[in-house]
Amino acid sequence: MAILLDHETRIIVQGMTGWAGTHHTIQMIEYGTKVVGGVRPGKGGRSHLDLPMFDSVADAKAATGANASIVFVPPANAAAAMLEAIEAELPLIVTVTERVPALDMVRVREALRGSRTRLVGANSQGVLAPGICKLGVMATGSERPGTVGIVSRSASLTSEVVAQVTAAGLGQSTTVGVGGDAVHGMMMRECLELFLADPGTEGIVLIGEIGGAEEQEVADYVTSAKPSKAIAALIVGMHAPRERRMGHAGALTLGDVGDAKAKVAALEKAGVRVAPSAHLVGATIADALSN
Amino acid sequence: MRLQEFQAKRLLADYGLPIPRGAVALTADEAEAVARDLGASPIAVKAQILAGERLAAGGVRMAHGPAMARAAAAAMLGQRIVTPQTGDEGEVARRVYVEEGVAIDRQIYLALLVDVDGTLVVFGSPKGGDGVEELKRRGEFSAERLPLSVSHPPAGEAVSAFIAALGLEGRAADEAARLLDGLRRAFVELDASMIEINPLAVTTGGDLKALDVKMTIDDAALFRQPDIAALRDGGEGDRVKLSAHRDQLNFVQLDGDIGLVSNGAGLGLATLDMVRAAGGRPANFMDIRTTAKSLDIAHGFALLLDNPKLRTLLINVHGGGMQSCDTIAEGLGVALRRSGRKLPIVVRLAGLNADLGRYRLANFGCDVIEAANMGEAAKRAVSVAAGRA
Repeated sequence: MAILLDHETRIIVQGMTGWAGTHHTIQMIEYGTKVVGGVRPGKGGRSHLDLPMFDSVADAKAATGANASIVFVPPANAAAAMLEAIEAELPLIVTVTERVPALDMVRVREALRGSRTRLVGANSQGVLAPGICKLGVMATGSERPGTVGIVSRSASLTSEVVAQVTAAGLGQSTTVGVGGDAVHGMMMRECLELFLADPGTEGIVLIGEIGGAEEQEVADYVTSAKPSKAIAALIVGMHAPRERRMGHAGALTLGDVGDAKAKVAALEKAGVRVAPSAHLVGATIADALSN
Repeated sequence: MRLQEFQAKRLLADYGLPIPRGAVALTADEAEAVARDLGASPIAVKAQILAGERLAAGGVRMAHGPAMARAAAAAMLGQRIVTPQTGDEGEVARRVYVEEGVAIDRQIYLALLVDVDGTLVVFGSPKGGDGVEELKRRGEFSAERLPLSVSHPPAGEAVSAFIAALGLEGRAADEAARLLDGLRRAFVELDASMIEINPLAVTTGGDLKALDVKMTIDDAALFRQPDIAALRDGGEGDRVKLSAHRDQLNFVQLDGDIGLVSNGAGLGLATLDMVRAAGGRPANFMDIRTTAKSLDIAHGFALLLDNPKLRTLLINVHGGGMQSCDTIAEGLGVALRRSGRKLPIVVRLAGLNADLGRYRLANFGCDVIEAANMGEAAKRAVSVAAGRA
């Protein structure tokens, strides 16, 4: 079992004809993902990688029965692509594009409110359900089907933690990259709730970092909901240079909220097992699951 | 991208922000001339640096008459202004802003930003002024919060309640409502990520005047803000940072002796933490973007190898997605060859093309120390830098 994805996930690729879109569409198909078409305005009626191309998401959805999209559209037009998919009521969007202007993401978040769509990203490596579906650009090879759910703000650390979890003799139910930018769609807490409700997930690993307030939000949720599943976390940025620290926003709203040490303290207080070092995350979740 | 006070004021004046009359001066002569033209007294002479809390640091001086304005400018121009926000090295004032003084009745605090929950908001407090930064540091600053939308103006009642909470009434309240509307439009149209007005003075005459403005533009949106991008003068941050930006890297110089190379911000931060936990001192933070090619990466390594303090390099890479270990190894080899430096390199390569990466490094003749995992790699790098190998 997995969250967000299953064997019926049918994917269209927005921005499929560019370099990144082409490369990763091939990789997803090789993984066994059901990619059913691509969207690129002006290329409707043609084909790319033997898949039908459409001018719009609505056309693609009507013709293929797609229920998910992955967005590779460059930053200047990425928000328009996401808004189009939201309007077409696709249940799931993953946006890979990096450096989408923050206010474009605020606009997209405003459109998501009350919509039928769940957005993962932008600046996300995507969602991976080992052996079932790869909706993203993440490295594969180290993952194994299993019972640990991973939610992360960092693609590179996710690859590392997946390898550690597999080396610890466990596997993954799903890995989710919520996105590396400050403003993104689905938040960590929402992802945690999906994992807690998923019968196929027994333990959860949270990979957080300095900046933002998502880890505190998770800590607050865990404190009040008292879930019975094992939860481990890694927080990086304890010694980050000043430039990477949150400036006004964090300080203004919630005191030391963006601070890594404050996040660790909040999570530990909530009963989450925080890994003492980045190379010990696999051991930490294995330990938490065996208790 | 952070704007200087005079740049932010100029941009926001177009959206109706009330500001005192003033002009920029590059020399003491110019400052005197501006003061004479203004004909006001007192006059504020303000060092144009990005850091706040200038007043106590001598970066804002009040002058009575052109001669005093000249002396105040001479005392600041070319000088390092050290405030609690600059660090010990301070920030050099290359320009001063000379503006007419304002008779202040009360000081308000206003800030627009994208909050941690991904919404556009404005914060306001009736207690603005110098004390705010210290309160923020202590986590004791509280402010009214009004959520805004990027696409439509807020409801009138919500705005009225917000303004009333700032203690504004009558004409000042009407002015504040227009000001908020202008600031919201400016924020969206100029792709700001933060606009902070502190203080927004209520004058003894009952008008509003923005005395200091801090404004940051979203770097990711500069492609569609060419007029603002053109304000970049290379003075913001140092050469290293600007150059790194062009090379698809996030590079921050630190003062240690262990050069760090990782792919992805998360793994980079993790590496930094592990080196510090093992007692080492990192020379930099570097995050290689996934779109970087081996030549971009070589430029990044050149920045790193420029540093004479460097005693070792720690390469911690988990290849995958768009970036494989061999691309990074190749960039490193090219940079080492160009620089002619010989350094012991502690390497932890995992994931996509890790073996090929090791093979490339060996072919470049690098002095490589292999580590099995990240924790061990960090410890080895620390002992190599300490001369224990």
